[in-house]
Amino acid sequence: MTMLKEALKLGLNENEYSEIVNTLKREPNHVELGMYSVMWSEHCSYKNSKKYLKRFPTKGERVLVGPGENAGIVDIGDGLAVVLKIESHNHPSAVEPYQGAATGVGGIIRDIVAMGARPIALLDSLRFGNLKNPRVKYLFSNVVAGIGDYGNSVGIPTVGGETYFSDEYDENPLVNAMCVGIIKKDEIKRGTARGVGNSVILVGALTGRDGIHGASFASEELSEDSKEKRPSVQVGDPFMEKLLIEACLEVLKFDFVVGIQDLGAAGLTSACSETAARAGTGIEIDVDLVPKREEGMTPYEVMLSESQERMLLIVKEGYEEEVIKAFKKWDLNAVKIGKVTDDGMLRVLEKGQKIAEVPAKSLAEGAPQVIHEIREPVVQEEKDIVNVKVPEELNEVFKILLSLPNIADKSLVYHQYDYMVRTDTVVAPGSDAAVLRLKGTKKGLALTCDCNAFYCYLDPYEGGKQAVAEAARNIVVSGAAPLAITDCLNFGNPEKNEVIYQFAKCIEGMAEAAEYFKIPVVSGNVSFYNESKNKAVLPTPVVGMIGLMEDILKHTTQSFKKQGDLVILIGENTEELGGSEYLKNVHKIRYGKPPKVDLKKEKLVQDFCLKAIELGLLRSAHDVSEGGLAVALAECAITGGFGFKGDIYTSLREDAVLFGEAQSRIIVSIDEKEFSTFKRLAEEEGIIYQVLGFVDKDSFEITVKNNRMRKISLGLDEISYIWRNSLKWALEK
Amino acid sequence: MRCAVIVFPGSNCDLDCYHVLKDVMGQNTEYVFHKEKFSPGDFDLIVLPGGFSYGDYLRAGAIARFSKAMESVVKASEKGKLILGICNGFQILLEAGLLEGAMMKNRDLKFHCHEVYLRVENNETPFTHLYKKGEIIKMPVAHGFGNFYAPENTLEKLKNNGQIIFTYCDKNGNVTEESNPNGSIMNIAGICNENKNVLGLMPHPERCAEEILKNTDGKRLFESVLEFIKGRAL
Repeated sequence: MTMLKEALKLGLNENEYSEIVNTLKREPNHVELGMYSVMWSEHCSYKNSKKYLKRFPTKGERVLVGPGENAGIVDIGDGLAVVLKIESHNHPSAVEPYQGAATGVGGIIRDIVAMGARPIALLDSLRFGNLKNPRVKYLFSNVVAGIGDYGNSVGIPTVGGETYFSDEYDENPLVNAMCVGIIKKDEIKRGTARGVGNSVILVGALTGRDGIHGASFASEELSEDSKEKRPSVQVGDPFMEKLLIEACLEVLKFDFVVGIQDLGAAGLTSACSETAARAGTGIEIDVDLVPKREEGMTPYEVMLSESQERMLLIVKEGYEEEVIKAFKKWDLNAVKIGKVTDDGMLRVLEKGQKIAEVPAKSLAEGAPQVIHEIREPVVQEEKDIVNVKVPEELNEVFKILLSLPNIADKSLVYHQYDYMVRTDTVVAPGSDAAVLRLKGTKKGLALTCDCNAFYCYLDPYEGGKQAVAEAARNIVVSGAAPLAITDCLNFGNPEKNEVIYQFAKCIEGMAEAAEYFKIPVVSGNVSFYNESKNKAVLPTPVVGMIGLMEDILKHTTQSFKKQGDLVILIGENTEELGGSEYLKNVHKIRYGKPPKVDLKKEKLVQDFCLKAIELGLLRSAHDVSEGGLAVALAECAITGGFGFKGDIYTSLREDAVLFGEAQSRIIVSIDEKEFSTFKRLAEEEGIIYQVLGFVDKDSFEITVKNNRMRKISLGLDEISYIWRNSLKWALEK
Repeated sequence: MRCAVIVFPGSNCDLDCYHVLKDVMGQNTEYVFHKEKFSPGDFDLIVLPGGFSYGDYLRAGAIARFSKAMESVVKASEKGKLILGICNGFQILLEAGLLEGAMMKNRDLKFHCHEVYLRVENNETPFTHLYKKGEIIKMPVAHGFGNFYAPENTLEKLKNNGQIIFTYCDKNGNVTEESNPNGSIMNIAGICNENKNVLGLMPHPERCAEEILKNTDGKRLFESVLEFIKGRAL
């Protein structure tokens, strides 16, 4: 009975405990129980989510590796492939923001290296609470510094991401890190412990007492006691990581390295059991052989340590010295700690004595799935927004929108990241997607991550659909064709029916859009229990997406390029105001329905835009999103250093036209001479468009020509000043 | 021209420098690992690239200066070979005593990555002779420790000898407080030694040497070096 008590203390439930006893045909001992408790946590086992994740389309012509490995891989031709993965580090960042964020970056980089790939870019999707709250300011500054210091030091450019603010994230910020790598198709490695008798070699940093039970910590709600969980947060060493990357990529060229696995959550326990389970083998290791940072570490601590910057290599018998020598060049440890066996067991020895023995498959894949009852939450009653009065002073409303932290310029964040190292960044952060060249080819990659969590809160299904649609739109307006998705699903406590409802519905929406656009989901991560004081974060299914352009010279950015160019809206305005930053901030309305995505229309608009870019018709292209048409036009203008002047003929309310967030809209600018070609192409494709005006010198003027004829009229300098400085002002307040 | 790019543990702009020298400039270029020594005659240009050598855990560049390769760099500099230290490379040159002054953390304690305007203060060096004196160029910076400092008499000397090569300025060439990204004294962005064969600068010329990256202002620095070496060979 005492072992059951311990099991419950470690976060396992009675059902899981009896499953363990059934599997082992005996009671587990202390070490075994510790191993099960981390491996069967939600973080490692996906026991609450697996069932729903099956809904995602994961196959496609270009998919080389789908979900289930350390990262997904897609073929981009010319013998090359792109590796991608996104992962959360939310809980660690809530209690120790600097290290939490830094090690989040470190972990995702190792996932890419574990496939044998060279990491070439990082992106970050961040959510924080209200900046009026001093703790939020602290979390924000330290998360950004942690990401920066780690990424900058390892020499991987941080090229994109998103930063949002909403009260729901006050105590529980979200820190999602995405990494993209490049690899030759025939050099892909797997996290498998193949070949009985092969050596298990631990490389990189020493094993210390940090991060023990980190995976379990990530699988519970944050509470007052969470601060005491600071020892569960790992400490990052980017210098060690940089050496580890170089050394690993050097040895991975050799065939005698048959498998490689990152040591992340659940440390050695996870790396050994997962590699063995994937290969259908067993692994025997001796904890005595593990190089340790401190004396007196127990086997339990060694097996559960989440010390960073470590990797496990499976090496053909007889080639151990070659590996050790390669790591010695970089002054790194490489120590044989065990071997691959044929009995399917993960066996842990200490000084030759067996201290734990459990089936690797049971640890890695055997967690009983949790079945949930799903209940639709009562979000808020529907009210008619027709009652919302159109404000008199559109200039003032516009200025408010430009100053919102969710809309204002984020350069304060990305100027702390080295986004240029490796000299491949052709489009820097601040446009819709980052664009990287691939040296030695004509190709380019577009990268983005996106999610409007408030839409997901109002309608998880529509929100999920929209997240995929918008990410794809970001890729397309940059001149690339969407290629693959990696997703990071951040939700509250899945044991609550409402939360699992949001989860299931978001996935439904995302999957439907991904299917329709034929963009496979190749990797991802689930982060539950993002709650504190019984309050869940907004459902936040972040979509990381990559796109491919065959000719990098055809890339496009959002900024206006030349005075006198025509500015055209592709797509249609609607009266949808629900979920908009305008409604939320100007009218304080937090209910309603988010804008709907008509997948067919969306696809038409995107295909047309991409075609126009490929034909060289467009000088700029920008997705219309938060803040609506007015804000999108301002972003094109400010980042280009030009003004805008235009009339919008409409029968709609002026606030809906200017600030509504209707989907499937893209603003483009073109040389007037190209207009006839543009027009013909649009008519051929059945595209609805509207000429809005032209690129001006230094004034910004939009007149809505409905029966009221109201307008926004401001100087470029003024809107620029507000947009560029508001985030800084919010932090200084 | 024979070029070397030194690879310290933690260097991360080594491949960027290599790429520009080898692929863009078409020069004979090789990596030299920090544990290797070489002869002063082996290379015409030796580049100490940016990055975080030894993690910058002590002082930026403080440990790297003790490496074997650095002994060879010092010898090569004494023979008049061209040494170019970019960012972390600049910091290493300062620590090694090949250049005078020291680096502190940026004024606002934050890492800064963005383009800056530079004024070419001296174009009579092997590295800058293809720029015009007083020319305003654009280059990216990416550093946390770029706040250059030197005592007054050193600054006086640097100034009088024409050793101040680049200063941070605004787009009109005014050397102002606002245009200084890191708090460097006198807005100094790059200096050289008395002999003008060792240059250290915080901005990254290798990041702006290709059309596709939308800025080629850095390319002339490498072209200057190439012409200088060619002229020397004649």
